[in-house]
Amino acid sequence: MLMDRSRRLLEDTPTDASRRAFLKASAITGGGMMLTLTLPLVAEAAVTYLGPEQTNLPQLNAFVRIAPDGIVTIMAKNPEIGQGIKTMLPMLIAEELDVDWKDVRVEQADNDPGRYGAQFAGGSFATPMNWDPLRRTGAAGRQMLVAAAAATWGCSAADCATEAGLVHHMPTGRKLQYGALAAKACSLPPPDLKTVALKDPKDYRIIGKATPGVDNPLIVTGQPLFGIDVKRPGMLYAVYQKAPVFGAKVGSANLDEIKALPGVRHAFVVEGGDDLSALLPGVAIVADSWWQAEKARRALKVVWADHPTARQSSAGFAAQAQALSGQPGQSVIRKDPEAEAAMAGAAKVVEAGYSYPFLAHAALEPMNCTVEITPGRVEIWAPTQNPDAGRQLVAKTLGINLPPSQGPFGPPLAGPPPKPAPGTPEILVHMTRCGGGFGRRLSNDYMVEAAWIAKQVGRPVKLVWDRTDDLQHDFYRPGGFHYFKGGLDAAGKLVALRDHFVTYGEDGKAASSADMSAAEFPARVVPVHYETSMMPLGVPTGPLRAPGSNALAFVYQSFLDELAHAAGKDPIEFQLALFGDPRELPAPPGGGGPFGPQPQFHTGRMRGVAKLVAETSGWGGKTALPPRTGMGFACYFSHLGYFAEVAKVHVAEDGTVTPQKVWIAADVGRQIINPFGAETQVQGACIDGIGAALGQAITIEGGRVVQTNFDNFPLIRIDKAPIVEVHWLITDNPPTGLGEPALPPAIPALCNAIFAATGKRVRSLPIDRNLLKV
Amino acid sequence: MAYTIKLNGKTRTVDVEPDTPLLWALRDALDMRGTKFGCGIASCGACTVHIDGQAVRSCVTPISAVGGAEVSTIEGMSAHPVGAKVQAAWMEIDVPQCGYCQAGQIMSATALLSRNAAPTDADIDAAMRGNACRCATYTRIRAAIKRAAGLPTADTRA
Repeated sequence: MLMDRSRRLLEDTPTDASRRAFLKASAITGGGMMLTLTLPLVAEAAVTYLGPEQTNLPQLNAFVRIAPDGIVTIMAKNPEIGQGIKTMLPMLIAEELDVDWKDVRVEQADNDPGRYGAQFAGGSFATPMNWDPLRRTGAAGRQMLVAAAAATWGCSAADCATEAGLVHHMPTGRKLQYGALAAKACSLPPPDLKTVALKDPKDYRIIGKATPGVDNPLIVTGQPLFGIDVKRPGMLYAVYQKAPVFGAKVGSANLDEIKALPGVRHAFVVEGGDDLSALLPGVAIVADSWWQAEKARRALKVVWADHPTARQSSAGFAAQAQALSGQPGQSVIRKDPEAEAAMAGAAKVVEAGYSYPFLAHAALEPMNCTVEITPGRVEIWAPTQNPDAGRQLVAKTLGINLPPSQGPFGPPLAGPPPKPAPGTPEILVHMTRCGGGFGRRLSNDYMVEAAWIAKQVGRPVKLVWDRTDDLQHDFYRPGGFHYFKGGLDAAGKLVALRDHFVTYGEDGKAASSADMSAAEFPARVVPVHYETSMMPLGVPTGPLRAPGSNALAFVYQSFLDELAHAAGKDPIEFQLALFGDPRELPAPPGGGGPFGPQPQFHTGRMRGVAKLVAETSGWGGKTALPPRTGMGFACYFSHLGYFAEVAKVHVAEDGTVTPQKVWIAADVGRQIINPFGAETQVQGACIDGIGAALGQAITIEGGRVVQTNFDNFPLIRIDKAPIVEVHWLITDNPPTGLGEPALPPAIPALCNAIFAATGKRVRSLPIDRNLLKV
Repeated sequence: MAYTIKLNGKTRTVDVEPDTPLLWALRDALDMRGTKFGCGIASCGACTVHIDGQAVRSCVTPISAVGGAEVSTIEGMSAHPVGAKVQAAWMEIDVPQCGYCQAGQIMSATALLSRNAAPTDADIDAAMRGNACRCATYTRIRAAIKRAAGLPTADTRA
């Protein structure tokens, strides 16, 4: 189904070059039978990768098809990685289209940014980017249906109203179903999205209602749905062995021996290149089944060439960071003119060094990709967060000359992407459901490996990594080192803060996700001196859920807690005093992201969530807790969301940490779109952060990753997951995303609670229980 | 080598090498792709199936060791009296985020409720700690198990 639907979608791509081309109507006339759509959901999934799509329904716009019986199919434009986007974005369209959610079927769109706009999962951007345009898309569809009804009745559209898939003629009480109007509506000119009427939020019937995930029936019955479940006729299975030292080339390999093993069809060396985010050198083994390929790999003996990264190690970096901390920083991130004098005049100075390790993403579905190459066409099925970048990478690696695209983090598209030259092979990426993403699948290294192998063997190939591949070939959350100095005046007020941030990078450019903003709190409310030094790194790094923030919140919110205790202040009161009056802090010069200027920090919104969590957690009564039980506070602004969290923890005498409960207060604006999805994102992000803090580290020895599987890179389990109670603070601000911002403050809240329980300060992650023993 | 196994109440024959894990016999040879691969070392629980009603990690169970035992997978749970209740509770509570681990979670939860109709929070911890959820949907997994058992869903641990 996917293949044929995609072909049709590509043929239907509107040629209108205007900015809004992807939202304009592209009607397919004719009533069409709806065999696929009338099948039960479960049966539909069973044919997901096999059968042709047998529908040719009226298409109101790129996102909406309406069948004669009123069943509405809405395209889900973005990759689903567990953030609930496949449910939430169609809710926005359905609400303004004014249909009953039970009549909605959701279908995953292929990668086609000319039709759907930017398609990626990252940065918790989907809500702020789509809240307005997708509601307008639905409203435009509604307006076209109303116009069709008015034309049918020969009346004014102003006399018509809609309700749950019907248009009413108010003066006469006549009614027409959307299904009966769809074909006519598609022939009408689409309205200007800027001027379509949107609902009053008090009339919402879908937005704001707890809505279960649209794929739940498929998930709980085990239907094929994920990338790893893709199957193509004639498909072979591949594994790909890369060097443990990142980027090392193949010296020699016992390929003849491997080729003789059962089921093995091909074994060959891939030259690869030096770019750690692209096709790296390695050995491919292709067999009749994945198990045969994997088993053959166990007999594989490769002599890898020497590589300079082999001299790097976590222990070496720690020693280097310690040495750098004794010297002035190599460059200044921010230096407020009064910072030095304020520190010199402080009544009390607190110094502390903090550090955190590299982390892997460890998405539970291992990296995988299926590629089928036919003349003129490269067809890809991939669990990817970033399909268009994958398409570009495959083109570059296979020597296909595609026009450049901006990628999701480039500036917004000014129109549909340029067309490739005639005769250029088409590259089509089908986005499968992803078994977790966490930022890992923003990189498409596994996609280009599968494409290369498929091209060599001339058959469809499914490449599946094993867990060791995954942990040893990630784009790691970079570790880091912070050397702090905080100055308090005689009244216990923070008057200056200094941080020498030792991170990874070269020539003044930090490695991916290893940088720090000049706006890092408490900059702008306290004079600060932030400087940085960099260590060259041969290990690939990249964004992990709440990139930057997932580490910076730990160090900054922990150190502010230290300062509060040193000042003899309540930690929440200490931070409330820093926020001061409600106001927007000025953006630092030179900042700014892909979608506009650097986000502003509103002290009033953070004050609001801090006060709310103090109430809900019973913070004032925490002195009555049992022995070795403590509560800790942290708050953090990231991904446009304001989060304040209080953790309650018990620490046993042997140092065992039991997180008991976390209270979370969150301000993500005026509307929680799907309360089901929103709450679970917050709970999951919080437990995710706590899990990383309790036990995860990737260590480098001899330029390679030590960890191999979940026995030495543990995932948090149900018995360690605290109760997480979520409270929303509704404020009159645009709705923002929830995939990430609950995570960063969970870690310092836990560590600050450990301090309250034991008097021991956690300054290095993961938490070392030996430090906490009695 | 050909093996005949009892799978979800039917007899199926699969021709694979003796050391092939049941997981890969199911996924690649028998086209039953609901059982998931996560770690390959019985550490994450994504591959959990039932063998004679017990929750077992199929990634470390060779096909040659299955013999005449009854194998049940996620695809068979709709016809399982407890499994169907667990599936319904999973949908009602909206447990899945990415959903990748949930087949294994449902298999472990069904095995638990089949032998213990009213599990405590400690029983749930003990039975479910072998199943990792990378999205950390544990709050709802706990609630859904209680819902399937007809118990109040509140977390009573603290």
